[in-house]
Amino acid sequence: MESKILKRLSNAYILFVFAFLYIPIVIIIVYSFNSTKSNVVWGGFTLDWYKTLFSDDNVITALKNSLIIAIISTFISAVVGTVGAVGFDRYNFKGKGVISLLIYIPIVIPEIIMGISLLVFFSALQMNFGIATLVLAHTTFCIPFVLINVKARLSGFDRFVEEAAMDLGASKFTVFRTITLPIIFPAVISGAMLAFALSLDDVIINFFVSGPESTTLPIKIFSMLRFGLSPEINALSTIMLLTTFVVLIASQVIKTNKNN
Amino acid sequence: MLKKISKILSVIMVATVVSLSLGGCTTGSSSDEKVVNLFTWANYVPDSVIKDFEKQTGIKVNYSNFSTNEEMLAKIQATKGSQYDVIICADYMVQLMSKQKNILMQPINKADIPNYKNIDTAYLSQYYDEDNKYSIPYSLGSEMIVYNPDKIKKDIKGINDLWDPSLKDSEVLLEDPRSVIGMALTKLGYSINETDTKKLEQAKDELEKLRPNVKVFDADTPHNSLINGDTSIGVMWGSQASAALKGNPNLKIVYPEEGMQFEEDNFIVPVKAPHEKNAEKFINFLLDGKESAEITKNIEYINVNTAAKKYMSQDLLNNKAVYVPQEEFGKAKHLEDVGIATKDYDSIWSEFKAYEEK
Amino acid sequence: MKKKRIDASKIVTTLPISFWMLFFVAIPLLYIVFISFMQRGDDGGIIYTPTISNYTKMANTLYVKVFWDSIVIASITTFFALVFGYPFAYFAAKINKFKIVILILIIAPFWTNSLIRTYSWIVILSTGGVINHALLTLGIIKEPLEMLYTYGAIIIGMIYTMFPFMVLPLYNSIEKLDRSYLEAAKDLGASRLKAFITVTVPLTMSGIVAGCILVFIPSLGLFFIPDLMGGGNIMLIGNLIRNQFLESRDWPFGSALSIAMIFIALILIWAYVKIVGKKVDMEVF
Repeated sequence: MESKILKRLSNAYILFVFAFLYIPIVIIIVYSFNSTKSNVVWGGFTLDWYKTLFSDDNVITALKNSLIIAIISTFISAVVGTVGAVGFDRYNFKGKGVISLLIYIPIVIPEIIMGISLLVFFSALQMNFGIATLVLAHTTFCIPFVLINVKARLSGFDRFVEEAAMDLGASKFTVFRTITLPIIFPAVISGAMLAFALSLDDVIINFFVSGPESTTLPIKIFSMLRFGLSPEINALSTIMLLTTFVVLIASQVIKTNKNN
Repeated sequence: MLKKISKILSVIMVATVVSLSLGGCTTGSSSDEKVVNLFTWANYVPDSVIKDFEKQTGIKVNYSNFSTNEEMLAKIQATKGSQYDVIICADYMVQLMSKQKNILMQPINKADIPNYKNIDTAYLSQYYDEDNKYSIPYSLGSEMIVYNPDKIKKDIKGINDLWDPSLKDSEVLLEDPRSVIGMALTKLGYSINETDTKKLEQAKDELEKLRPNVKVFDADTPHNSLINGDTSIGVMWGSQASAALKGNPNLKIVYPEEGMQFEEDNFIVPVKAPHEKNAEKFINFLLDGKESAEITKNIEYINVNTAAKKYMSQDLLNNKAVYVPQEEFGKAKHLEDVGIATKDYDSIWSEFKAYEEK
Repeated sequence: MKKKRIDASKIVTTLPISFWMLFFVAIPLLYIVFISFMQRGDDGGIIYTPTISNYTKMANTLYVKVFWDSIVIASITTFFALVFGYPFAYFAAKINKFKIVILILIIAPFWTNSLIRTYSWIVILSTGGVINHALLTLGIIKEPLEMLYTYGAIIIGMIYTMFPFMVLPLYNSIEKLDRSYLEAAKDLGASRLKAFITVTVPLTMSGIVAGCILVFIPSLGLFFIPDLMGGGNIMLIGNLIRNQFLESRDWPFGSALSIAMIFIALILIWAYVKIVGKKVDMEVF
């Protein structure tokens, strides 16, 4: 009896929170069909913005750049962050305290400071600004998010399974691959997803470390503000969301088919 | 064993970083490249004009963006005036850059830009670059008052009226210290570039009286809150005023009787521009009458090109936000850098923003 | 034999991150520290004469207020994110099928551009917006509600933006919870509530701490959401620092403010982890 009510309440609560998360998204999608240029006044229905989007080379190039940077940065930070979390959890070493503090810096530091300091740093190294500098910068602020997530998941993790496996002769790497990794995997994925979101959305750091041929999507969007945010961006966001969901559903369908 | 592994790892790490860095190095762009790197606010040069240029000249335009002049300055200073070929930025920034020890702009060769003659001489030879050595005007903007006559019965004539107590909690101002502090200085009859500490103190006190009237600060989309009804009166740039009227045709535009703050945006060419010949071609193209009219139609800022007028539609010429009569320019207030006093402006602004009514 | 194996994996796991942090964080940070002790030139450049005036300047009540306001907003955001996020993560973690779908559903909204998302909130909350439109048409209210450009609007915007940063770490922590502990507690006669407080919370504490840190810290410096949702009516550290670089071009003061902010944030984290660790009596982080 009691658990049925609880079940209903918990489902209702989940739906309520999802509604909260998705209402602005619904607005974005609706306004992508808006016939006036505004983002707040509704004119009428139109597909024009989608047409504009597909012929807008600037935006598409910017999108491509942002995706490439996000994917590479997320990958590198997932690897370095996960491996680092394991290392921090297990071992002590000289200077661990300092490195631990440094890990928090990219989360705390105002983006403008990070952007300017990296700008000066990369200039001093005589580097050309482009995709590479962007990836280096993004990875730097993404790593802490992965590391903190994975470390939290590792905390309280009972090592005896690992130790048992090692006593049975498994190499450290095998233990990591077959025992540890599956357990921390959700944290790695979550950290990676957060990192991806941060990378896609970064404006200020992007501005300072990008070059003339490597403009990214968020910069484009933010600097559109002076003349009004075009619903073209709504169209773009709608398509990105749609793609994500289509891929997600497809992967689930494939998975279920595989299991059957 | 231990030492060997850490050595190998360090080498791998350094190699990764170095290869990423080198991957970022393109062998310096040669000036024969059919490319021009443009650096300005997004959508400030319309897509149609860019595509026309690319079609006509075969030169590809890389359009990079910034949101504020100061960002642009930071980037140009760090890269020592390289990377970009054409920059469009504000007049006070041109002045600032020309006063520095190492000038990061190069003189523009007007002989290569025949369309330069199209520019209305009334807008040349301004305070910031009297010979137009480094800069060529692109467009002109001014700050005006927009209000909703359905909600505000008072007859609004100028900046002074913004202090009226009946306007409590109804105003939208630009998120811009120079604009707002400038308003207080104008009300007191001082220059908007005032540096005298006593006079700035007075401005600070004036601002305190204005604070209860301000509901929103918004530099980018001030017209939104007017259209939505969250505010009933505001100060904004011409193109924003035009957008406001598009959203609510009942709104009224007023040119403040004290005179408006104007900002002239200019082309400049950085000192180490990789493709300066292409930069000249680009500037010349945008100064063509037909292209200039197309630009104004899109960005809705004041047009300074005499050859463009015959291409501009009647609607555009009648748009009070876009077509500001030249008499107003005579009353214009021009923003200049205030040197050491900048710190004072910053504290006044911080206090004004943080001010809470007792 | 065994000792050598441990050392090798120690290097592999700790070297990459240490190297990355030292190279890309510590070195640029040292530059900022250096600048914070310099002075602003008349034209906005940097004069290389050392001074501590940038730091002493912060003792002013104006700046203390700015720091305080930022800490308050960050704290309130973190608190509500936790209060609303924990039950959500808890119930979501109970769902056994399609775990990855749930995770993606939570994060997908945040793969859209944050500016456009925030503008949507303006559409929802403004005087002429969706909520007011609906309430007025239904006759529930006569005059539109003023929801936008208020402190409440800022908090809603902040909670919305930071929500996944709280939920995902919580989810990870709760998901790995061994339900047998709860069963044991029930068998021993504990009420649901007591079991929750004495078993679930301590065991998920690492997720709680991670979530709080990943929300609180970025919130301290976030200013564009308060600007958009609050109408720019509140001056926060993020605004102040940005103004130093982009308005008054006082890089030294801006750098000093950032160092101060980093310092305060690190102290708060340290204190939080210590207190929580003591209460729960385990190594939390």
